Amino acid sequence: MGKTISEKIFSAHAGRDVSAGEIVIIQPDSMMAQDGTAPLAIRSFQQMGGASPKYPRRISLVIDHNAPSPSRAVSNLHGIMRDFAREHNIKLFEIGEGVCHQLMVESGQAFPGGLVIGADSHTCTYGALNCFSTGVGSTDLAAAMLTGELWFMCPETLKVCFKGKPKEGVFAKDLALAMVARIGADGASYLALEITGEAIEEMDIDGRLTISNMAVEVGAKTGLMLADERTLDFLKGRTDERFEPVFPDDDAAYRDEVIIDCSEVPPMVAYPHQVDNVSPVEGVEGIKISQGLIGTCTNGRLSDIRVAARILKGRKVARGVRLIVAPASREVFGGSLKEGLIDILVEAGACIVPPGCASCVGTHQGVPGDGENVISTANRNFKGRMGNPEAFIYLASPATVAASSVTGKITDPRVML
Amino acid sequence: MILRGKAHKFGDDINTDYIISGRYKFKTLDMDELARHIMEDLDPEFYSKLEPGDFIVAGRNFGCGSSREQAPLALKHAGIAGVIAKSFARIYFRNSINNGLLALICDTSEIRDGDLLEVDPMAGTVKDVTRGIELKSRSIPPIMMEILNEGGLVSYIRKNKGFDRSRVS
Ligand code: SF4
Repeated sequence: MGKTISEKIFSAHAGRDVSAGEIVIIQPDSMMAQDGTAPLAIRSFQQMGGASPKYPRRISLVIDHNAPSPSRAVSNLHGIMRDFAREHNIKLFEIGEGVCHQLMVESGQAFPGGLVIGADSHTCTYGALNCFSTGVGSTDLAAAMLTGELWFMCPETLKVCFKGKPKEGVFAKDLALAMVARIGADGASYLALEITGEAIEEMDIDGRLTISNMAVEVGAKTGLMLADERTLDFLKGRTDERFEPVFPDDDAAYRDEVIIDCSEVPPMVAYPHQVDNVSPVEGVEGIKISQGLIGTCTNGRLSDIRVAARILKGRKVARGVRLIVAPASREVFGGSLKEGLIDILVEAGACIVPPGCASCVGTHQGVPGDGENVISTANRNFKGRMGNPEAFIYLASPATVAASSVTGKITDPRVML
Repeated sequence: MILRGKAHKFGDDINTDYIISGRYKFKTLDMDELARHIMEDLDPEFYSKLEPGDFIVAGRNFGCGSSREQAPLALKHAGIAGVIAKSFARIYFRNSINNGLLALICDTSEIRDGDLLEVDPMAGTVKDVTRGIELKSRSIPPIMMEILNEGGLVSYIRKNKGFDRSRVS
């Protein structure tokens, strides 16, 4: 019987033949925690009697969720991370460097065939680089920092095939929302996804990361893709790891296969308060919005900022609407500055905030008011997610968010492209 | 040991933002403080209705969303004896066991809000005393059972000085 990508990556890390359903204790190639999860991980680490991490160089700590700190209490939690990093010689990404997942990808911690854990549910993002990456909790991360290893169950795999070409004005985010709608919020629980198809082959790395980012929104452990020329190009100069792309066998066993015909997917919007409550933009057009957010680990990359600038060029954010833009990293921010995109956005009336999570998780930098509608490029629209249970969050592509910010109501971006 | 407590019933897809909002979890590592805010966006009165030893009973996909371990920790500190659900999101499930908080998978359709439950964690049975029915929970991997029996992953690691390889595969 052939093997899936996950089974091959688990076998290589276990040094023996591993099939789906088996439990293994293996060493991740890298691990990450952010400021919402690291302080607790450090506390668990100390409670475990940990003197020092087994492989300090495999660990990254990122201050992105609440950065720069909005309060004394948060500053003190950040202090715990800084002290720990200094004491153990661990890499720490400071405020303004970017969202943890973008930084993990840019700094070459994720590579084909690799195994990465992160104390953040969207760690599944790096699957786009053919890397088995998955979210864990703080105590799991603490155990991995201390011992260098962790237990896993090798998952079964759901194949997701994006066939055909998406229409003009339809972006990776729309395909991701179509996937979530199709599979449902728990339709891939405990499974790995293998995401393939013509649309993925033609897609840039930014778009692939957007789709894999939302694997956890269907309950999946990770959203794996194949490595190709684009993957290798992207990784050039980012890692010295001697990796080997991993391909599934033709006769690998899959739990199921989902086929999405991209030519039939319109721009999509997820309705509050559930991410799998998705409708074509036509169904929600005209709903008044008070705030737009372009950024996050889902859609804060250079190609996202480019498309937003394309729409906002020579236009203005509607009166009564706040548009917040958070580049996903300093690299993205720098690239956007160099291309003159930030000028365009500022000219249009956008508010640029530092690279990081911004208002995505509801602690600062744009908490919406009672009864307000927000349209965001993030991956979650739970009630209260952005800090106010009385607000309503719609999820869409950067193009749809930009177009909606111009008109002040949810708008099909195709009229502005 | 039999645990007795009242059921607090919730629906499907109860995410970790609902269990404990990001508004609070970023501010503190004081779990007793977080405990006061559990389920607040769904029911602002929830914490005040609780009695120590009560159970949360839910539908599918309990604990989906963010990986925040503050979710099971805050429930535990609020005195919740365990969560019984049709299914759990995987990160939550691991986090719950890692913190020694019982998480049982069984068909909860028949259990109603306020029912009296008797749970035997070792046998994996849930008795709804009010309704006179008994449910059997799905078994979990042995390594998880060991972690749960140790009271969580911290004590497991302290005791075994790492992961006990002899017990898997
Ligand atoms: S951008 Fe949002 S979803 Fe992504 S890591 Fe930050 S808080 Fe989480």
